[in-house]
Amino acid sequence: MSSKVNGDLEQKELKVTSTKWMELKNRIGRGWFRFRKNPISLVGGGMVLLVIILAVFAPYVTPFPTHAGKVTNFEKIFQPPGKEHWFGTDEVGRDVFSRVIFGYRISLLMALVVLGISVPFGVALGLIAGYVGGIVETIIMRITDVFLSLPALVMALAIGAAFTPTIGKAMLAVSAIWWTWHCRLVHSLTRSIKTEDFVLASQICGDSPLRIIFKDILPNCASAILVKITLDAGFVILVGAGLSFLGLGVQPPKPGLGTMIAYGAAHLPTQWWLTVFPSLAIFFLIFGFNLLGDGLRDMLDVEGEGI
Amino acid sequence: MNEALLVVENVVKHFPIRTGIFQRKVGEVKAVEDVSFTVESGEIFGLVGESGSGKSTVGKMILRIYRPTEGTIKYKGRDLSSTSQENQRFFTKEMQMVFQDPKSSLNPRRSILSTLEDPLIVHGIAKSRRQRKDIVAELLQKVELSPGYMYKYPSSLSGGQRQRIAIARALAVNPSFIVLDEPTSALDVSVQAKIIRLLQVLQKNMHLSYLFISHDLSLVRTIASHTAVMYLGFLFEYATTEELFRYPLNPYTRTLISAVPAVTKEEKEIKPENQSRGGDTPSPVNPPSGCVFHPRCILSDNTCSEQLPMLEEISPGHYVRCHHVSKNIVIAEQYKKNLARNE
Repeated sequence: MSSKVNGDLEQKELKVTSTKWMELKNRIGRGWFRFRKNPISLVGGGMVLLVIILAVFAPYVTPFPTHAGKVTNFEKIFQPPGKEHWFGTDEVGRDVFSRVIFGYRISLLMALVVLGISVPFGVALGLIAGYVGGIVETIIMRITDVFLSLPALVMALAIGAAFTPTIGKAMLAVSAIWWTWHCRLVHSLTRSIKTEDFVLASQICGDSPLRIIFKDILPNCASAILVKITLDAGFVILVGAGLSFLGLGVQPPKPGLGTMIAYGAAHLPTQWWLTVFPSLAIFFLIFGFNLLGDGLRDMLDVEGEGI
Repeated sequence: MNEALLVVENVVKHFPIRTGIFQRKVGEVKAVEDVSFTVESGEIFGLVGESGSGKSTVGKMILRIYRPTEGTIKYKGRDLSSTSQENQRFFTKEMQMVFQDPKSSLNPRRSILSTLEDPLIVHGIAKSRRQRKDIVAELLQKVELSPGYMYKYPSSLSGGQRQRIAIARALAVNPSFIVLDEPTSALDVSVQAKIIRLLQVLQKNMHLSYLFISHDLSLVRTIASHTAVMYLGFLFEYATTEELFRYPLNPYTRTLISAVPAVTKEEKEIKPENQSRGGDTPSPVNPPSGCVFHPRCILSDNTCSEQLPMLEEISPGHYVRCHHVSKNIVIAEQYKKNLARNE
């Protein structure tokens, strides 16, 4: 019958030959082209990638991997930056450079755990609130508002004061607040996508709400969520460093960046390298994440509340 | 077939306006006030009206996106408000919709294959992936696209191609009734003609019925067999297309016809008189009293502003909502004569 339809019409479409792989290659190629056009995001991506590689291979790339733990070397305390110790040594003679790289490990782990807990949770609640609407939406969003009014740092301080402070508890405390941002973002996106005609078309076809959420709504929120995660990673690391600085995060002798700054502060200004290098390390990583996030935002053309 | 396909009876739809934290109802948008019509099997039924007249809302109620505030809609004798599983499944397989804007009617993150195979999966029409691919290829051919479009994404297609995909998606479940909500108004004129032609061919070959919602009168005139005119949620006139355009018995219908651009001098001469006093469509939140068209109508008098006229059957199959039946007949007769003289 289809050939009959074709015969009825004088119009002939161009013959299009295209395969799945060609289309996929095209799409990836276009994305890479847009990303490449923006040198800032390339620089940011490079910075983040460098830190990740250094952190993952820390035992192999650092000159003194054992210095990340309980090592003392009193003959070499407070050595200024030099050939052997690039970032100098601390009050018990440990290599600051090695400790900074191991500190990155904990910072990145913090970002990974906090976002790994809070993003799925916040996204799921945002999708439900936005799609279901009504009383469910009101309840979820009001709860979100309550959590949003509590700063992550204060929550972590409270938990740290009530229990013995560990980095694990700090991560949980920050996660308990962080999901709200993702919930709000996804909620507002869902509300606007839900009214699009393609969602109505799926509803007309009899798709289940779950199918519509996963096939129609979530993929259209994905780029906004990705950008938000990238920008968030920097902030989570900053909060983690702040907690460690206050003594509520990483506990010595583990090499937290914030912890190192706190201990180094006692030796300012003479032994300046104890604070300056960990600070620069934090600055470098967060700056990298922010540049990458900005670049991704431009590349994916994301607009949304709270990004 | 004697039984009507779709019967819409006294359908009303009001949307509440809510504000504040307690979602207090502060008013209502009276989108559809009183609409009744019947679509026969195998026909193209035209529904025309200005923007905001409630024609899209009627279409969406038929597809159960909105629930009517009052009134009933019956499809093949089954009530659309029935929530039984069997009926719900029946309706989703029988009725489909093509939207106005082909940009927003296709999910930008899904390939054409994924969009088109979705109804096949949901309705269990084809189990294996290969089977689905074959059906999708066939669907693409039905809308005159080559199967190579399967792996493309909507962003790389033109407006006309996207609209074809949207039509293919509607055809996927093998429906017998499709609501076309201004399917061509977002397209170029040359593409419009092709899409309309395609829709006509499909209608004939697949024995489809359409509810064709449009504000393009000349288009409706060429393809629809029955036409209904809506204004501010009310059905104003409803007849066979031929009758409606040759013998318009409602001042609002005549105003619409007079608004169709005329090219030649003869066409301009025989146009019915514009019977509106201008002005914009009033807000459906605060519709005028009595007949909703009275503030813009040149025939209006005191009765019009006080009493709502009923939809009356003036001649067999010709329904009109207006207080001034005799005046309308005189004007319409004159118009009919003018038309006849010119032919």
